[in-house]
Amino acid sequence: MKHFIFTLIALVMLSVSVGAVEPDEILKDAALEARARIISKDVRCVVCQNQSIDDSDSGIARKMRILVRDRITKGDTNQQVLDYLVSRYGDFVLLKPPVKAKTAALWFGPAIMLLLGLVGIIFYYRRRAKETAETTGAAPLSADEKSRLDALMKEEGSET
Amino acid sequence: MSQRYIFLLPLVVFCIIAIYFAVGLTKDPSKLDDDVLTNQPMGDFTLIPVEGRSETLSIDDLKGKVSLVNFFGSWCVACLQEHPFFMELKESADVPLYGVDWDEKNPKDVVRWLKRHGDPYTKIGVDVSGATIIDWGITGAPETFVVDKTGTIRYKHIGPVSPASWQSTIWPLIVELRKE
Repeated sequence: MKHFIFTLIALVMLSVSVGAVEPDEILKDAALEARARIISKDVRCVVCQNQSIDDSDSGIARKMRILVRDRITKGDTNQQVLDYLVSRYGDFVLLKPPVKAKTAALWFGPAIMLLLGLVGIIFYYRRRAKETAETTGAAPLSADEKSRLDALMKEEGSET
Repeated sequence: MSQRYIFLLPLVVFCIIAIYFAVGLTKDPSKLDDDVLTNQPMGDFTLIPVEGRSETLSIDDLKGKVSLVNFFGSWCVACLQEHPFFMELKESADVPLYGVDWDEKNPKDVVRWLKRHGDPYTKIGVDVSGATIIDWGITGAPETFVVDKTGTIRYKHIGPVSPASWQSTIWPLIVELRKE
């Protein structure tokens, strides 16, 4: 029983997710295979919109996985592989779009919108505070007025 | 003043969303925004012949003459749509049409396909590994390229070539490129 539980735990801990990678694609060199997996997770399957080639079982994703492995086996760095794919398919092939002039709106747009919103809120409250000050005259109550107000408030309270 | 028009706010918001949808939903997701390969000279490739034939296809075949390169497969349904037109072109237009056959489950499939529907190609190469289709940035079939005399891609046509797209875009471009 002890052995069984140990084996079970070992199996769970040793298992890695393999995505759509088929057994015949896996490289013998574990380090290279690990790199291939990292690259593959960043590369979009060009026929399935929002899946990486690591997740997709489409034919072209398989071809791209094999190409990635082929290139790193031949000595390409991760960046070289990605650069090659971008030179063939454009930035579209990367799941995470790079920061550049063309994608600036995408990367900085949300922050700018948030900032504009905050500025808007500040202006709104400032204006409202000013408007209420104007309509009410904004003069603080004198001591006399204050005691009269207190008296009135007490009166109201006792009636109910 | 501003409160008077507040009732218009939902309408304005709706219009903004509608504009985004109109732009976003009418875009063809299979078309890439940046056509990175146009005007790029293509790298070396040598493809193996169709089973039973001996002619290979390499980058050298594409040099010296304006040509068309068509990526197809016997599995590709839309390829059959343009196929009769390519058969016509073989007779009428003096443009080499090179075929790149890819993703065949069985190498004999394309042999049967060509026998059944006819062979409009000047030469056919088979891409087994997929290295060439990735090098050409292929996302599906059919895709057809207009390649100039230096082996540089000048135009990419995604989907079946229709007589209309031939008349309006592809043929005028070929005429233009021949003058270069």
